[in-house]
Amino acid sequence: MTEDRRARINRLKWHCRRALLELDLVFDRFWERYEETLDAQGEAALESLLELEDHDLWALVSGREITGDPRMAAMIERLREISPIANFE
Amino acid sequence: MNYTVRKFDAVIVGAGGAGLRAAIQLSEAGYKTAVLTKVFPTRSHTVAAQGGVAASLGNSEEDHWHWHMYDTVKGSDWLGDQDAIEFMCRKANEVVVELEHYGMPFDRLDNGKIYQRPFGGHMSNFGEKPVRRSCAAADRTGHAMLHAMYQRNVKVNTQFFVEWQALDLVRDAEGDVMGVTAMDMETGEIVVFHAKATIFATGGAGRIYYSSTNAFINTGDGVGMAARAGIPLEDMEFWQFHPTGVAGAGVLITEGVRGEGGILRNSDGERFMERYAPNAKDLASRDVVSRAMTTEINEGRGCGPNKDFVLLDITHLPPETIMKRLPGIHEIGIQFAGVDCLKEPLPVVPTCHYQMGGIPTNYLGQVVVPRGGNQSEPVLGFYAAGECACASVHGANRLGTNSLLDLLVFGKSAGETAVNDLKNNVKAHKPLAQDAIDRTLARVDRLNNQKDGADVHETRLAMQRTMQKHAGVFRFKDMLAEGVTRINEIAGQVAQTQIKDKSKVFNTARIEALELDNLIEVAKATIVSANARTESRGAHVRDDAVDSPETPDGRNDKVWLKHTLWYREGNRLDYKPVQMKPMSVDTIELKKRAY
Repeated sequence: MTEDRRARINRLKWHCRRALLELDLVFDRFWERYEETLDAQGEAALESLLELEDHDLWALVSGREITGDPRMAAMIERLREISPIANFE
Repeated sequence: MNYTVRKFDAVIVGAGGAGLRAAIQLSEAGYKTAVLTKVFPTRSHTVAAQGGVAASLGNSEEDHWHWHMYDTVKGSDWLGDQDAIEFMCRKANEVVVELEHYGMPFDRLDNGKIYQRPFGGHMSNFGEKPVRRSCAAADRTGHAMLHAMYQRNVKVNTQFFVEWQALDLVRDAEGDVMGVTAMDMETGEIVVFHAKATIFATGGAGRIYYSSTNAFINTGDGVGMAARAGIPLEDMEFWQFHPTGVAGAGVLITEGVRGEGGILRNSDGERFMERYAPNAKDLASRDVVSRAMTTEINEGRGCGPNKDFVLLDITHLPPETIMKRLPGIHEIGIQFAGVDCLKEPLPVVPTCHYQMGGIPTNYLGQVVVPRGGNQSEPVLGFYAAGECACASVHGANRLGTNSLLDLLVFGKSAGETAVNDLKNNVKAHKPLAQDAIDRTLARVDRLNNQKDGADVHETRLAMQRTMQKHAGVFRFKDMLAEGVTRINEIAGQVAQTQIKDKSKVFNTARIEALELDNLIEVAKATIVSANARTESRGAHVRDDAVDSPETPDGRNDKVWLKHTLWYREGNRLDYKPVQMKPMSVDTIELKKRAY
């Protein structure tokens, strides 16, 4: 990983530290799967999502609300397809 | 290693409820105030508080602060300091109304007053029957609170340092505090925040346990920093296990669910809380409910293939009530338990939730330590509030909705006391203690240069599993003693953690290693204190504590009606008396705690 990418990914990872455990669990799993392969478009989509308030973000990830932004919607799908239940033994 | 110095009147570490409330006080008084925070303020863990804030407003039925005080003393299993508890309960209405004036969107009654709902352990007329005392903003109480207070801080020019990791307290040989060292996550730069008043509001350390409702940021940074600076930690054996964490995931199901009529059932479908708490039933105090659930599971009446959880049933409630009053619960059930709670009950287990102990303070928010024959001598320049502090209002067990009240009342109180000290006592910055700064630089340097050291993730996991196994809901003599040995070994590994990533920009590996330095202090304090306290009280329940007429439910007031103080140096313990004398009313006398 280049130094630039490492810095960008690290920044995004820190911004995934949230106020709600629900989101921490979802993002923890996300990074396990996508750290190496997340492309620039994915990074940008994630960055926009991370600007949201935690409850609003959780409403999208939990499927209670739907976003009209197709780029964000694709990222939410990726987060949703990782079952948080699978985080635990 | 280089560092720079910046001067402020006050520095506050942590921008959750307590930190924001303290900052308002200082900035409004015109003092130059810095708030350091790991994450953006409105992403602090206070966001997760859903249930509400307790205040005896009496909007729906008669209520009184004295009843609230009685409930809190009883809830604390008499370990709470009665002066601080009276102070908190009397201040409740004032801080709630203030918050309303900051723009907090409380739920309302038709007559426009704040809507109040019942919550576990809150009763009317000295324990008679549940009372509606909790003020909430739907299920976003904590979140709405942070927003209202953050906006207020912006208005009064509080200076925020967002994504800064505080490293250590700067404390001199006389024991006075003159600021903190901190690292800018974005650049890796180290700055000494030189201040006349330093307030810790860093929250709890629930991540010392494997199964916890706490977000990952809850790593007890302030508590760890205080311990390293020689401040003893008070009552760290007392951790609240929330009765209703989703089995497996830890995600919290708010007590408001039971407030709205949710019922706990065992594998026979029985509403078992009727046996354990005939009056309050499912709304009994958290530790009582957690203990009852654990007993049901231990006696074979748990549910599921491994009989290791019980059920929280709300299928009898109208779906519109659930969706309106408890909108988040439906999604949590689906995501983390695979259950539609409108149709099926939710699997729940007691899960680590809240740290009752912490940095010892008085009700003024001053950090206090035993010195020169005085059990509670203020540390000059140092204040603490919220979950990281121990005032002590929660004693051995906290009542739901008293945590938001704690952070409002003692956040304000710490800010107010600091303002008074700045006005009257502290005119100039005390010179910085160079040796304290050097110790911090050496600690960071050690981490950056460690070779053949321990992996941070594995070491943290080992600590969390050890704490879960050896110091969980039920505690056993031999397990605790083994746990002390094991945690001390793990502490040795923490002192030699190694990071592979040496980059400067948002180096999350370094941050996690620094967080682990704090977590391990909390873990040591917890298990050493728990091992020594051979009674059962509140959330600390020991298998070997004898239930007798003199020691009901294993509580031994003759020997153990006292606060624990754990010192990092030498891993040693000391004790101090519980303040049984309130400020104005009569002492709430000891009795067996029953609901």
